[in-house]
Amino acid sequence: MVDTLTNEGRPAAAASPPPAIELSGISKAFGPVQANKDIALNVAKGTIHGIVGENGAGKSTLMSILYGFYKADKGEIKINGVPTEINNSDDAIAAGIGMVHQHFMLVQPFTVLENVILGAEDGALLKPSLAKARSALVQLAKDYELEVDPDAIVGELAVGFQQRVEILKALYRSADILILDEPTGVLTPAEADHLFRILEGLKAQGKTIILITHKLREIMAITDTVSVMRRGEMTATVKTSETSPSELAELMVGRRVLLQVDKTPASPGETLMEVRNLSVIGDNGVPRLKSISFDLRAGEILGVAGVAGNGQSALLEVLGGIEAASEGSVTLKGQPLDLSHAQTAGLRREKGIGHVPEDRHRLGLIMPYQAWENACFGYHDAPEFQRSFGLIDNRAMLTDARGKMDRFDIRPQDPNLKAANFSGGNQQKIVLAREIERNPDVLLIGQPTRGVDIGAIEFIHQQIVALRDQGKAILLVSVELEEILALSDRIIVMFDGKISGERLPEQTDENDLGLLMAGIDPRESAA
Amino acid sequence: MNTLPKWIDIVLIPFLTLFLAFFVSGLVVVAIGENPIRAMQIMINGALGSDYGIGYTLFYTTNFIFTGLAVAIAFHAALFNIGGEGQAALGGVGVAIVALSLDGTHWLITFPLAILSAFVFGALWALIPAFLQARRGSHIVITTIMFNYIAAKLLGYLLNGPLKKPAWQAPETRRFEDGAQIPFMKDIGEWVGLEITRTPLNISFFVALICCYLVWLLIWRSRFGYELRAFGHSENAAVYAGISPFRITMITMILSGGLAGMMALNTVMGEQQKLVLDHVQGAGFVGIAVALMGRSHPIGVLLAAVLFGILYQGGTELAFEMDISRDMIITIQALVILFMGALENLVRYPVENTYMRMLRGSG
Repeated sequence: MVDTLTNEGRPAAAASPPPAIELSGISKAFGPVQANKDIALNVAKGTIHGIVGENGAGKSTLMSILYGFYKADKGEIKINGVPTEINNSDDAIAAGIGMVHQHFMLVQPFTVLENVILGAEDGALLKPSLAKARSALVQLAKDYELEVDPDAIVGELAVGFQQRVEILKALYRSADILILDEPTGVLTPAEADHLFRILEGLKAQGKTIILITHKLREIMAITDTVSVMRRGEMTATVKTSETSPSELAELMVGRRVLLQVDKTPASPGETLMEVRNLSVIGDNGVPRLKSISFDLRAGEILGVAGVAGNGQSALLEVLGGIEAASEGSVTLKGQPLDLSHAQTAGLRREKGIGHVPEDRHRLGLIMPYQAWENACFGYHDAPEFQRSFGLIDNRAMLTDARGKMDRFDIRPQDPNLKAANFSGGNQQKIVLAREIERNPDVLLIGQPTRGVDIGAIEFIHQQIVALRDQGKAILLVSVELEEILALSDRIIVMFDGKISGERLPEQTDENDLGLLMAGIDPRESAA
Repeated sequence: MNTLPKWIDIVLIPFLTLFLAFFVSGLVVVAIGENPIRAMQIMINGALGSDYGIGYTLFYTTNFIFTGLAVAIAFHAALFNIGGEGQAALGGVGVAIVALSLDGTHWLITFPLAILSAFVFGALWALIPAFLQARRGSHIVITTIMFNYIAAKLLGYLLNGPLKKPAWQAPETRRFEDGAQIPFMKDIGEWVGLEITRTPLNISFFVALICCYLVWLLIWRSRFGYELRAFGHSENAAVYAGISPFRITMITMILSGGLAGMMALNTVMGEQQKLVLDHVQGAGFVGIAVALMGRSHPIGVLLAAVLFGILYQGGTELAFEMDISRDMIITIQALVILFMGALENLVRYPVENTYMRMLRGSG
């Protein structure tokens, strides 16, 4: 165990410049919930400082305080040694702070240039601002490897480029301190590497970078110092070179965590689902899924890797009965499924296909519904929940929910709490419990651990493996390569609506999969 | 969590908002040179000071319960039915057809059939916009409001043509015979030995109360209500769960239109005993304010409907007693609608902030 330096404990180098950011005694409460408790944080100038912590640990709140979205109840912010009041994002920008949000704040139909000047126009007429921004962009592109076509429409750019536009926006507002919130969630490994090169370049130019992430690998790869938050408190700040992923994980969760999934080799049985030439056309006429074929067997986890937006969502939606297929066939235990109609999710459930959707907020849960209402959502027409005259048996639903909350350790164990008031991990457990306990033959799982804390990830992974060991067929879609590699018995990679390759986990690695995710098959090009 | 206690949300905020609305209304009364305190006294006294006043107040309340429930039920499915006016107008046709053809029998026969018929006519009028939204994506706000105009014209045609009293100048049906005379509160009072002044308040009031209960049961205790609310919160999640948006949209609008249609029981069978052109008199629109103010909850709708009943009846008295024109009354009512429906946050934010500050101060 490395001894953890607190901020106060760090030896102050004589005559060193003041830290870029110095927070002391920051506290913030939302009603009775203490989101930040007496936080102290020093970020040295010209460094990359990682902040890790589970969901709900208070990272976002702290950064929102720094960027002026919230006002701290108590505490002091010093920027470059100067006490600073940050009441709104304008103050933050004036103090030289730029933020790249997890969900980009870009106007999609605008050009890159228009987005960059948005909110920073010089006058009523756009032309001079645009001209000024254009020359600034050229310079920034040269300095930091941030090439983007200034006249491209943002909505037509790849995600990695959109992110560059966000960084350019911050730099154009002469940010010296850049906060990045989960920046790699939507990037391919190659794009992430490029981002890291950009960040290194920014650091070399003396910029200070705060990186918020839950990926310990990234912390290890790029940061100089890392701070760990847990339950609203800053529990440790350590030099990255002096720590390890398992130590960080332990600091985050407060106990030892298994980063590896414990699983025995699969013993696949009969083919449960056959997918042949499956195609889906989106609402705008653009193909989302282009002639996909694969088999899914009992007792195996088939991992679907790929950067978000390459057809995985369409695959889950068509199999889950949300979307209709334009072409192709799917058989379940030899019986063909009717794919010609959208909105047939109820029929899929009856046939034994469970679905843990990618986006639990948008699909999997009704956020204002209480836990007990969510715990049977989609199965609410099951006979055990019915009373006469079309009324539902609230009590049966409550009892059912209590059981699920108990078996899946969903906390707080209060079936009357609204879904929105559970943490990400517990929300996901509600969905998983619901889908797993209906005992489906095939379970579709999308992003099982997105926005889920490490402690819950461990539990969710164990549940998925246990389900496989019961002989269920599992289709696992995830953008987290680590997760795909850890859980899958077989991996298919999707790119541009097609399967760009198939691998066995023991015969591949992140680089190999990363290339497939970009549509390049290294084995074919080598041959 | 980060929420206010219920009593602030349900009692304090509506009360403060209402107070603010009356305060601004008072300023308007001052501006035209009248005494606002006296105006207030006349209004309250006119609405609640006698069994006559209460009778009229509850008569208006009955209208607003029906149209308020109609809007509320659609709100829960995230559908904004502003076609209550037209649906109620057509409900009147439903009532009139039953009453005119069966008024030789007994009200125990005509009334249930009139309920059914009013419901069906109102529902059918809502069904077309519902279908257009569910299948064609035509926005229900636009279509329902357009259907109000169509309904008005259709009613005009029917009352000048097929339904018109023969050899009569006014566009209205003949008066219903005794077999379509439903019991008034005066009659009901007599059954139990109470003497009540005759007002248009009739048995439909009880039907409205029953509807409050049924709507509550439907929304919070039935499978359909569960699906309807889920759909209202998130259409995507509803589809994920196997709920058909088409089915929800259609059934919800049938129920919504049907409830609006039932309003005609009160005006056509109760008040007028014949179908006239403007029997709805804006109650369809007031229903929107009632549903907003009542938070789309049947009890809230009931309370809001009583408030608007008071405003209507009190306002009428005010027009009699003081030199305040009918338009001024409408202005005051509009202010209440504005404050209660649209400007609630004006009060909510300061109350929320004060409460949070007090909480932090004490904790």
